[in-house]
Amino acid sequence: MSNNQAFLSIKDLVVEYTSDGQIVQAVNGVSFDLQKGRTIGLVGETGAGKTTIAKTIMRILPDRAAHIRGGQVLLDGKDLLTTSEEEMRKVRGDKISMVFQDPMTALNPTMRVGDQIAEVIIHHNDISQAESEKRAGQMLEMVGIPAGRYREYPHQFSGGMKQRVVIAMALACTPDILLADEPTTALDVTIQAQVLDMINDLKQKNNTSMILITHDLGVVAQVCDDVAVIYAGQIVERGSKEQVFDHPHHPYTIGLFGAIPSMNVDEEYLHPIDGLPPDPSNLPKGCPFNPRCPYATDACRKGAIGEVQTPDGHWCRCVNLDQVKEGAIKS
Amino acid sequence: MSTVIEVKNLFKYFPVPAGMLHAVDDVTFTIEEGKTLGVVGESGCGKSTLGRTIVHLLESTKGQIFLEGKDITHVKGKELAAAREQMQIMFQDPYSSLDPRKTLEQTIIEPLLVSKRFKKAEMYEKAQELMELVGIDQRLAKAYPHELDGGRRQRVGFARALALDPKFIVCDEPVSALDVSIQAQVLNLLRKLQKEKGLTYMFITHDMSVVRHISDDILVMYLGQMVEKCPSKDLFKKPMHPYTRALLSAIPSVDIHNPIKREILKGELTSPINPAPGCRFAARCKYATDKCRQPQTLTEVEPNHFVSCCRVNELN
Amino acid sequence: MTASAIPGKKVKAKKNSQFLEVLKRLSKSKTATIGLIIIVIEIILAILAPLIIPYDPNAIDILGKLTGPSAQHWFGTDELGRDIFSRILYGSRYSLSIGIFGTLITTIIGTFIGAIVGYYGGTFDNIFMRILDVVQAMPPILFTIVIATALGSGFQNTLLALAVSGIPGAVRLVRGSVLGIRKMEYLESAESINCPKMRTIFVHVLPNAISPSIVAASMNVASLILTAAGLSFIGLGVQAPTPEWGAMLSASRNYIRDYPYMVLFPGLAIAVTVLALNLLGDGLRDAMDPKLKD
Repeated sequence: MSNNQAFLSIKDLVVEYTSDGQIVQAVNGVSFDLQKGRTIGLVGETGAGKTTIAKTIMRILPDRAAHIRGGQVLLDGKDLLTTSEEEMRKVRGDKISMVFQDPMTALNPTMRVGDQIAEVIIHHNDISQAESEKRAGQMLEMVGIPAGRYREYPHQFSGGMKQRVVIAMALACTPDILLADEPTTALDVTIQAQVLDMINDLKQKNNTSMILITHDLGVVAQVCDDVAVIYAGQIVERGSKEQVFDHPHHPYTIGLFGAIPSMNVDEEYLHPIDGLPPDPSNLPKGCPFNPRCPYATDACRKGAIGEVQTPDGHWCRCVNLDQVKEGAIKS
Repeated sequence: MSTVIEVKNLFKYFPVPAGMLHAVDDVTFTIEEGKTLGVVGESGCGKSTLGRTIVHLLESTKGQIFLEGKDITHVKGKELAAAREQMQIMFQDPYSSLDPRKTLEQTIIEPLLVSKRFKKAEMYEKAQELMELVGIDQRLAKAYPHELDGGRRQRVGFARALALDPKFIVCDEPVSALDVSIQAQVLNLLRKLQKEKGLTYMFITHDMSVVRHISDDILVMYLGQMVEKCPSKDLFKKPMHPYTRALLSAIPSVDIHNPIKREILKGELTSPINPAPGCRFAARCKYATDKCRQPQTLTEVEPNHFVSCCRVNELN
Repeated sequence: MTASAIPGKKVKAKKNSQFLEVLKRLSKSKTATIGLIIIVIEIILAILAPLIIPYDPNAIDILGKLTGPSAQHWFGTDELGRDIFSRILYGSRYSLSIGIFGTLITTIIGTFIGAIVGYYGGTFDNIFMRILDVVQAMPPILFTIVIATALGSGFQNTLLALAVSGIPGAVRLVRGSVLGIRKMEYLESAESINCPKMRTIFVHVLPNAISPSIVAASMNVASLILTAAGLSFIGLGVQAPTPEWGAMLSASRNYIRDYPYMVLFPGLAIAVTVLALNLLGDGLRDAMDPKLKD
């Protein structure tokens, strides 16, 4: 990563859930930085802990079930995890705002879409009702919805339009950071392309930084500058998009790329990763990927695995990089 | 090689309060034995309805369905039961497609039980074979669906579909709900058993990279209509319909150095309820002219490459 | 493919029946366990009542009338000198059987009809539901009065009237959950393997639709006991000298100023039973809520 100063910095974050007396280790020591104007993609499969990281940053984890066991979320040097709830309310929306996966549940079905945006604006700014409505209309135009539809209700909008409205709400107070949790997963490909295009445009216009959570490496390729690959609550590999996509080092990242059906090459069979993701309430010792990893050795089954720097300068949590590299060339 | 499934001018309309919903509108195709027809399109294009109509979970409005040369469009009773044993369906949602109160063994055995052709011991033996075939551990026989992950549930659904040795299986988005690494496992299983048993598939999906991998031929649908149909290779090499081109360009590719030139579509799907005649994509198509509002015909532009667009020759 | 060889999510090989699962969850809730224990004890006492009651519940002893609670008569005696403790124990047979059998009839018939109309839907469903609307439009008490007037009052007719008036509610409940299940892909899956309709309804639909009915049934037992007591109290329903709890309350209401224990014990018996049933019902609701499952 570049030497720009990170203004959002996550350090050694550990989050657990308790359910039915079991402890679920959702996030196990996650650290990453976000630089001004850049976009980092958190990629991982179901249950990897991506959404928990986002909710921890926003401090919207369910109080009773979730416990932050350690770590820091530093925004401009200030730890959000120790900030008072009252101050946090100002941070949300003003500094960081979040877009959820499902646009259907993120909007209030009984309220006009324009008013929902205006409400956010008036909540965070000392302006008149009329002014906020004018701004809300502008926001709608900005996300490609005619301001004339201000007075319509969510059910009159299609899925893609609703997600645009949600994004407009998130951007209404020009936050520094946009946290998007699978923002296009519920949408069809052609609509996804529209929304991703729009997100890219808006990001550039407002110099917004973004954390994009997704399971889709293709979406990362289109939107992100940096990538962090998450597996079982750990970042197993992180670096710039070029570093990770061109030279993936971690066996999981390599496996993930290998499992996607190619658009250029015809193959009889795909190359899945054997086995299943581990049970987060019963993680294997050592590297969480070791039961599925073709390169696993005894060293992988012992203590925690630290991050090592790869030759091209990105970071990877693997003790057998040399063997992996040879294997990768062979296959 | 023989034709397993032939669908001729199939229509499926649903009466809804606002009018008539044209879910499947004049679809025609054949699938040869051992081959896979991929059906792609976005939500609401009628691809799932098409699959369900073929296996008689829905009644067709008009048109004909042939199974190994026999017209099964209106079969009833015993004939329908016999036809269904030849045609099975595998569902999208690994969570709602298995009865939560039945063990895996019970779920897999049920088709055998209902057919009344097997003795008890035979059924349990067969269930074991099926579980082995789809890669489910024997010790899971008495487990309930909620104890399994999505990938294993889909394997169980597959085993159940295979129980009566069907010829033809409609796979309705069987891997859409799965993570990539698991998705690849299930796709490989589908292919392996297709080869071993000579199965014929109709593979419904919205994922272009999956359909490219699994299909021999591909049918692109838009709002109930056939838009383009051709061998898989041709579709990706030379898409001809403007919609197909937009669809292909919209795929987020992992290739960061050769970005596809995108054709961002304007607007969203129009309504399939009482649609105007003509090409339904015209409302979003940048090449649309008045001619496009006339009914379109599916024409063979190149050998085996069918396109439903009146401007296809000018555009390509 | 080695997928299944590697333990991913917790995989249990042992057979675990759904019933035991629910019992296990139920036992985690203290209140529900207390409710269950009370009900089980009451049922056992009711069954064994003839063997364990110290006195004949209907034996009149004019000389020993209206004595307060004592070592001989734990709950005292009533205006005819009958032992209240024996009467309450014996009476639990009537109160509990009205509650339990009434609910059984309601639930079985209601579930059956609900599953069928819900599964088939359409005009059939429409006609049936309108008929039930008519039944439901009559308040249960009024309906019971009608039956009592037509067929005469008494234990069996009260049971019948209460059971029938509960059916529409039970049908609605099952029908609602069947409508939810009808959208499930496993029903399409059943159809695609030629599963006969009746098998689909009884094997796939009902077992998945029944949980809310079981919860409602446990609550229904409580409300039937209350309604039956109410009916006896106003003189419809079970008649004196049958020691039904409501009838006992009714008979003792004239003595409430001077001999409050006469009202207290039958009242307590009703209150404790109803409370226990409601606790059990609440616990069942939590134990059967599929959302709490993983």
